[in-house]
Amino acid sequence: MRIRTLAALTGALALSLVTGCGQSDSVGSGSGTVTYWLWDANQLPAYQACAKDFERQNPGLKVRITQMGWADYWTKLTASFIAGTEPDVFTDHIQKFGQFADLDVLEPLDDLGIDDSAYQEGLAANWTGQDGRRYGAPKDWDTVALFYNRKMVEEAGLTAEQLNSLSWNPEDGGSFEKAIAHLTVDQNGRRGDEPGFDKDNVKVYGLATGGAGDGDGQTTWSPFTASAGWHYTDKARWGTEYQYGDRTFQQVIDWYFGLAEKGYLAPFTDYTDGANPASAQLASGKAAASFDGAWMISTYYGTKGLDVGTALTPTGPTGKRATMMNGLADSITKNADNKSGARKWVKYLASDECQRTVGRYGIVFPATPEGTRAAVAAYEKKGIDVSAFTEPVTGRRDSLTFSFPVTDYAADVYALMRPAMQDVYANGAPVSDLSRTNDQINLILGQ
Amino acid sequence: MTIASSSPPSRLPLGSAREARTGPRPNRARARESGGDGRLAALFLAPALLGFVVFLLWPTLRGVYLSFTRFNLLTPAEWVGLDNYVRMVNDPIFWDSLTVTVEYVVINIGVQTAAALAIAVLLQRLTQSAMLRGIVLTPYLMSNVVAGIVWLWLLDTQLGIGNEIVAALGADRIPFLADETWAIPTIALINVWRHVGYTALLLFAGLQAIPNDMYEAARVDGASEWRMFRRITLPLLRPVLAVVLIMTVIGSFQVFDTVTVTTAGGPANATNVLQYYIYGAAFGRFQFGYASAMSVALLVVLSAITFLQYRLTRAGRSDLG
Repeated sequence: MRIRTLAALTGALALSLVTGCGQSDSVGSGSGTVTYWLWDANQLPAYQACAKDFERQNPGLKVRITQMGWADYWTKLTASFIAGTEPDVFTDHIQKFGQFADLDVLEPLDDLGIDDSAYQEGLAANWTGQDGRRYGAPKDWDTVALFYNRKMVEEAGLTAEQLNSLSWNPEDGGSFEKAIAHLTVDQNGRRGDEPGFDKDNVKVYGLATGGAGDGDGQTTWSPFTASAGWHYTDKARWGTEYQYGDRTFQQVIDWYFGLAEKGYLAPFTDYTDGANPASAQLASGKAAASFDGAWMISTYYGTKGLDVGTALTPTGPTGKRATMMNGLADSITKNADNKSGARKWVKYLASDECQRTVGRYGIVFPATPEGTRAAVAAYEKKGIDVSAFTEPVTGRRDSLTFSFPVTDYAADVYALMRPAMQDVYANGAPVSDLSRTNDQINLILGQ
Repeated sequence: MTIASSSPPSRLPLGSAREARTGPRPNRARARESGGDGRLAALFLAPALLGFVVFLLWPTLRGVYLSFTRFNLLTPAEWVGLDNYVRMVNDPIFWDSLTVTVEYVVINIGVQTAAALAIAVLLQRLTQSAMLRGIVLTPYLMSNVVAGIVWLWLLDTQLGIGNEIVAALGADRIPFLADETWAIPTIALINVWRHVGYTALLLFAGLQAIPNDMYEAARVDGASEWRMFRRITLPLLRPVLAVVLIMTVIGSFQVFDTVTVTTAGGPANATNVLQYYIYGAAFGRFQFGYASAMSVALLVVLSAITFLQYRLTRAGRSDLG
């Protein structure tokens, strides 16, 4: 019995050693190979097409693309930095940029000759570190708009034009709140703005829940806080103080989550990241409209039985509409095996040529204006009108775009803001509690 | 199985038969022989020892060392003395997550042990079907993550079939995993569902070691099933029950994967169990020093609980005599 256990242990140990070696062996890449990681499976064919063109133009260089899901992506990337098996080039997100800059794992890209003005406004500048050097080459962008169920909107007697010209304010919610209330229907068929509406037994919510929004509220509260004139930090980039303690911010949050108490916004309990995101609430007919990002266009329009339309975010107290404009970039790792190949590949990824190729797939908006135009045309071909996403970027005067907060200690901010915002939305904690969280965050930033 | 293996023949000293034939050997030869045994023993032990040192001893020692440092994995660790421990004692989220974890363990172990004991006794007293034993074990064959995701879907407030049933019965939908009062009990019960069969089988194995004639004698004396359970089964099962409790409590304190896939610590830290908080500090915020300090704290808590349990349940001694 004991000997058998020992033998089993020896075997298991030997096996783990062997597989361990096998793994580290397979990661090393040849001199002519550039390893590249991305997380979006939908974008894989587009970048494979780019890689093919790149290889044709650079004989001897091969691009090996690895795709994995969002959650695994960051875990594996972290592990690869520790193990020294990181890819040469990877798709970078602004939310993680601050942390990677802190960890000093990115290669400066100043000598790639990236011209800020060659990309949609604001995209290139975001990837400058506190040392003034560039760490990312702009790749694509996304904005947020209102997706809605056209049938429900029609039944409510609303039109696409009306939804496109809504406005709001934190006092009475304006025409936006009226529209959301009207789209809400209780079990007895009464609408949210009709007398006798039963807010505890709602059949269809006017607005789907996207959770509490963590510290950024990208697809939840940020169109409102920004159009009320509030910004996350004291500076556009690399701010040293967050402003969650601000009165304007707290007033808007109070109004926004208050929509749930009125029965117009689905409650926090209806939201599950994995099982029931906003898109699923629209798909199942439990909600009439939802704020969501451009990366979700194909999901909404691909949902069987859902006739969907999109509208601009509502105009706020500043007289402007607002949407976050977030962009991804390609970064080179400091310990890349094939740095010269990596530079060539990133330069190509950031070029009009590759971005046009990607645009033609109609799954994402590339960062160069030409790439964007190719994408718009591709969406049009599929019968999808994406103007609600592109207009704020391609210059309507009453729109403003803002970026994800880029600061040090981004992971700590997330870890503190996530439960704090959930406490307000799920447990009805007073918004003034956010001032305390804000103090904690600023204490960390001030270290 | 180990409990029942008190068969005498294997206890016979190997050398004794030979000694009887040849008489005592010179000391030198005996020393050489035992040296050979030692080498063989060392050879057999080496892989396990290597595994122990590489995968347990070294990481533990290094973890303890790191708990006194500030370390982000990519730059060298910097000695900060007791800073991490001071921070831990003053960190309300740490204490909160410890409370949440204890709450989870109490529900999880309480329900699981009672249910497993009931199943084990039923398996022993009512049926000997290996098929039934197999069925009892099936949830345990599923990965924790898969089980978590399946239950997440079943219990979803809006779309889950569980809540469709609740609504069809005329009750209000229950936000099982999205409400701060429901979330911990729900996660605890999901893990009871997954582990109860395995625990029941361990207890069942313990029950097999109780001699059947005790039950027969008790039955002759006119004892009821309940009385036999209290007077025979429970006391004689105690050492096995104690070991099972120690094992399951340790496992329960380390709950992580179910939380990760169902609630991610939410809502508002209501399910932010200690392992999840440690993971977030280490792999989310790159504070490996602080995460190590909390891991050391967890190790101390677990050691203390195990020691206490061992003493209180007299796990080392059997009542079988």
